[in-house]
Amino acid sequence: MKIKLKIWRQESAEAKGGFVSYDLEGVSKEMSFLEMLDYLNSTLIEGDEEPVAFEHDCREGICGCCSLFINGRPHGPAGETTTCELRMTQFEDGSEIVIEPWRSRVFPVIRDLIVDRSAFDKILQAGGFISANTGAAPEANSIPIAKHKADEAFDAAICVGCGACVASCPNGSAMLFVAAKVSQLALLPQGRAEAKKRVRKMVAKMDELGFGACGNIGACEAECPKGIKISHIARLNREFLRASI
Amino acid sequence: MSTFLGASVGRKLVVGISGLFLVLFLVVHLVVNLTLLAGPETYNTVAHWMGTNPAVLGMRPVLVLGLLLHIAVSMYLSVSNLRARPRRYLKVDPAGGSTWASRNMFILGVCIILFLALHLSSFSIRMTFGSVDMVEISGVLMKDAYALVTTRFSLWWYVSLYSVAMVLLGLHLAHGVQSSLQTIGLNDHRWRERWASLGLAYAVVVAVGFAILPIYFFVQAQMS
Repeated sequence: MKIKLKIWRQESAEAKGGFVSYDLEGVSKEMSFLEMLDYLNSTLIEGDEEPVAFEHDCREGICGCCSLFINGRPHGPAGETTTCELRMTQFEDGSEIVIEPWRSRVFPVIRDLIVDRSAFDKILQAGGFISANTGAAPEANSIPIAKHKADEAFDAAICVGCGACVASCPNGSAMLFVAAKVSQLALLPQGRAEAKKRVRKMVAKMDELGFGACGNIGACEAECPKGIKISHIARLNREFLRASI
Repeated sequence: MSTFLGASVGRKLVVGISGLFLVLFLVVHLVVNLTLLAGPETYNTVAHWMGTNPAVLGMRPVLVLGLLLHIAVSMYLSVSNLRARPRRYLKVDPAGGSTWASRNMFILGVCIILFLALHLSSFSIRMTFGSVDMVEISGVLMKDAYALVTTRFSLWWYVSLYSVAMVLLGLHLAHGVQSSLQTIGLNDHRWRERWASLGLAYAVVVAVGFAILPIYFFVQAQMS
């Protein structure tokens, strides 16, 4: 198939970027989206042009490295799919595909489609952990946890930290990410000891970094590749209220 | 407390709680308005009681404070939200899951404030500080609020503005009620749909309930 790509190119963080169009022939429907970009880059290199910089690692939807705002949606049109899992079967022959980096003041573009998402690491460093001595894994049934709580904690823990929530939120809010991290620990007895301190510190860091405030719009949930629900944001709000009074 | 109000989540809680307070106020306001249908004697008596009862008068500063808090904190958050996304996307095609109202609460809020300015200058401020014709009911001399309201409701432009404003208010409430409940933490996967339905039902009742009165009195004025 033949496609027309419109891609954001930016040499460096300081450079002024812009869109560049590419006509790409010989794309196979069986390709993944990232393979299509690999193919584009091979043609660019053959033509002595700079390849398009984009982030990727595991290519199986679990590392959270891939991003890309594809045709107006984070991770493209498939729904509950990371960009690396997206296939070219989602696109018609001859169609135009617009590829942009995540847009957020807190995620500055480093080069082309790569943004600096270290703000998420800073939020986790502020409190997204349990201060317990590590050692041998404890016996699994020594602390009983209700099935529904374990399930909910797991639903939150599958967040890969890709940043699609921030990218899709009209307010540029990171609340779904922070809520998922707060929830996964708040729901388990091991996380309760530091729950109050954790939510205060993580919210404070989120605000300090410059993310927007949550308007309960729901765009993050609709675009999250892992289907994380905004009911976790309600839990964060409860935890914050409980920690404040 | 400074940590609470210094955090976006704390500020959102202020917006949510003040919003729910205003939601309750609108119910009272609507019930009072609906007494217009019972005729001048009932409405004027209710309006007189509202304007003289110490408990009701005592609530006025609380209402003003709630409204101002809701507006000021929302505006502050909206401005900081704009700063969080300095560059827009070339193409946006959201998956759904978010309503038009939820993405435009700030614009809806500004429209409601503008209407509120007109509304207050037409009724509340005139009733409190302005000169209004007096009427005697059951031996008590009181301001003729009924005449003031029905005269306004005979003006086509006022009725049109009022009706449009109620549609905008309805949209603001359709998202606002469920959003406030989510913000104060009263939400989970079971309650989500229930709150959304309740918020929508409340918004429709309030918007239709308020808008029906000027339309009714306008039609009545045209027919007489």
